[in-house]
Amino acid sequence: MSWFSVSPVELDALRLSLWVALVAVALSLPLAVAMAYVLARCRFWGHGLLNALVHLPLVLPPVVTGYLLLVVFGRKGALGPVLEALGMQLAFTSAGAALAAAVMAFPLIVRAIRLALEAVDPRLEEAAGTLGASPIKVFAFVTLPLILPGLVAGAVVGFAKALGEFGATITFVSNIPGETQTLASAIYAVLQVPGQEAAVGRMIVLSLLLSFGALVLSEILARKIVRR
Amino acid sequence: MSLDLDIHVRREHFSLEVQVSAPAGVTVIFGPSGCGKTTLLRAVAGLEPVDHGKIVIDGSDMTAQPAHRRAVGYLFQEPRLLPHLNVLGNLKFAQRMGRQVRGQSFDEVIALLELDPLLDRAPFALSGGEAQRVALGRALLSAPKCLCLDEPLSALDQGLKHRILPYLERLRSHTDIPILYVTHDAAEMARLADHIVLMQAGRSVLSGPAEAILSSPAAVPYLGVRAAGTVISGQVMAPDPTTGLAVIGFDGGQLILPELSQAKGHNIRIRIPAQDIVLARERPRGLSALNVFEGTITQIHSGQGPGVMVQFKTGDTLFLARVTQYSAQKLELAVGQTIFAIVKATAVDPAGIGT
Repeated sequence: MSWFSVSPVELDALRLSLWVALVAVALSLPLAVAMAYVLARCRFWGHGLLNALVHLPLVLPPVVTGYLLLVVFGRKGALGPVLEALGMQLAFTSAGAALAAAVMAFPLIVRAIRLALEAVDPRLEEAAGTLGASPIKVFAFVTLPLILPGLVAGAVVGFAKALGEFGATITFVSNIPGETQTLASAIYAVLQVPGQEAAVGRMIVLSLLLSFGALVLSEILARKIVRR
Repeated sequence: MSLDLDIHVRREHFSLEVQVSAPAGVTVIFGPSGCGKTTLLRAVAGLEPVDHGKIVIDGSDMTAQPAHRRAVGYLFQEPRLLPHLNVLGNLKFAQRMGRQVRGQSFDEVIALLELDPLLDRAPFALSGGEAQRVALGRALLSAPKCLCLDEPLSALDQGLKHRILPYLERLRSHTDIPILYVTHDAAEMARLADHIVLMQAGRSVLSGPAEAILSSPAAVPYLGVRAAGTVISGQVMAPDPTTGLAVIGFDGGQLILPELSQAKGHNIRIRIPAQDIVLARERPRGLSALNVFEGTITQIHSGQGPGVMVQFKTGDTLFLARVTQYSAQKLELAVGQTIFAIVKATAVDPAGIGT
C-alpha cells in the first residue's frame, strides 16, 4: 500500500468523526442556548448547582464522564430499560459516540453563548417590547441576532472539542472500526501496532486538514456576520 | 383619545400614588428628579409592575396587559436603536411588530421627522439627535395609542435640543393621541405643554391646562422661580409698517418683538418669565420698552423668599410677575387693582418661542 492511499478503515474513521462532531454540535446547540439563557437571565435557588453541573464535563477526567455515561445510558444503566423500550441503544454505537462528544462539548458551547447573552443590553429588549414584540419575538428578532457571533463561536469550539474527543468516547462506546472508531481512536489504535507509521502519518494529516478547514470556515462565517 | 391613570406603586423607600387624566395633546409631567416621573411612565407602558390601580388607554383597560400589548410608544432617554439593523430596519421592525391597525403611514412619519436621508445609515453612524429622531419615528410606526416620552432631550446638548424641539412641536400638531412628556426643563415644558402635572415625592400636587399652571402663583414653589411665567398663545400678525418689528396678536393685546422666524399667520407660543415683567401703578411714559399691558390683579402670593408673585389678567390671558416684597408694599398692590406691566421685547428668549 502506498503512502498516500487512504485505506477504507481510515476513510470510515474520517467520515464518522465528521458525523459525530456535526451531530454533537447540532444536538447541543439548541439546548445550550436554552441553558445559557437560564444561567444568564434567571435567578433561582440552585442556580450555582446547575452552573456547576453544566461545567462538570469540563473538569472531570473524560474517562470518568464516559464511565458515568455508561452508568446512565448503558444497557444495564439507569436509563437502559427506557432506551431499550424505545428500541435505542447508545453504548457501543455511533449515536453514543455523538452523545459523548455532545456532553463534552456542551459546557464550552454554553459558556460562549452565555458570555454573548450577558453582553446584550436588556434595555434593547425592553424597547422592542414597547414596540409590540412579544417575548418570543423579542428573542427571535433581537436577542438571537445579537448573540449570533457568540453562537458561531460556541459552535466552532464545540465542533473542535467533539472532533478531538477521545477519553469519554472510548470509554462509553469503545473503539469499533466502522461503528465507533473516530479519527482520534483510530490513531490511538494504529499507534498500538509497530510499523504503522505511514497510517499514523496519513491520519494525522487528515486531522490537520479537517481542523484547519473547520477553523477557516468558521472565520469566514464570523466575518460575514460581523459585516451584516 | 385619552388616558386615565390611577397608579399605586410601593417600593422600599418610595411610593407613587398618582391619578392623572391626559387628553389628546402633550401632558408634561414636571418635577424634581426622584419624584417618580419615570416610574409613572414605565408603569403606563407596562415596564414597571403596579401594586394596584387602573390604566385605561383609549377606553380599554390595559392594567393586566403585558407591555407588548399595551400599544404605548415609549421614547427613552437614550435612543435604544437595534444595533444589528440599519435605520430602515429599525423602522420596519416597529411596523412589523406593532399592531398595524391605526398607525400613521410609513411615508407620513418619514416626512414628519425628515428621516429620508438617514434610512441607509447604521445606528452607530447617527448623531445623538438623529438617533433620537429615528427612535421617535420608530415609536410612532408601532401604531401607539399613547406616547410616553421620558426626558428624550436630556442626553442632548443645548444646541441639539433646539434642533429637535420643532419636530416634537410638529408631532404634537400632527397626532391626536395623548402624549406624556417627562422633563425637568422649564423651557421645554413651556414650549410643548398643553397640560401640566406637577409632581413631588410620588404625588401629583397640581395639574391643569399649561397656561393656567404656569401663571398660577400656587405653582411657583414646584416650578421654581425661574420657570414660572406667562405663556402667551397668539398669532403672528403683519410686521409693524413703520418700525418693521414683529407683532403678535393675542387675547389681551399685541406683543412686539424685535424679530421672529415664523411667518405671518402662524400660531405661536411665547413664554415670558415672571421675573422679566416690571409692574407700575400708572401708565408709564417716556419708556424704551415697547410692550405695556394694562391688567387687573387677580392674585398676590408671597412665599417665604424675598419675592412676591403677582398674577394679573389682560383680556383672557393670565400674566405672572415677580416683584420684591419691598416693591409690593411701596406700590400698595392689592387684588382688583389696575396695573401696568412692562415687558422688554428682548426679554423673550427666541428659544422659548414655540409653535
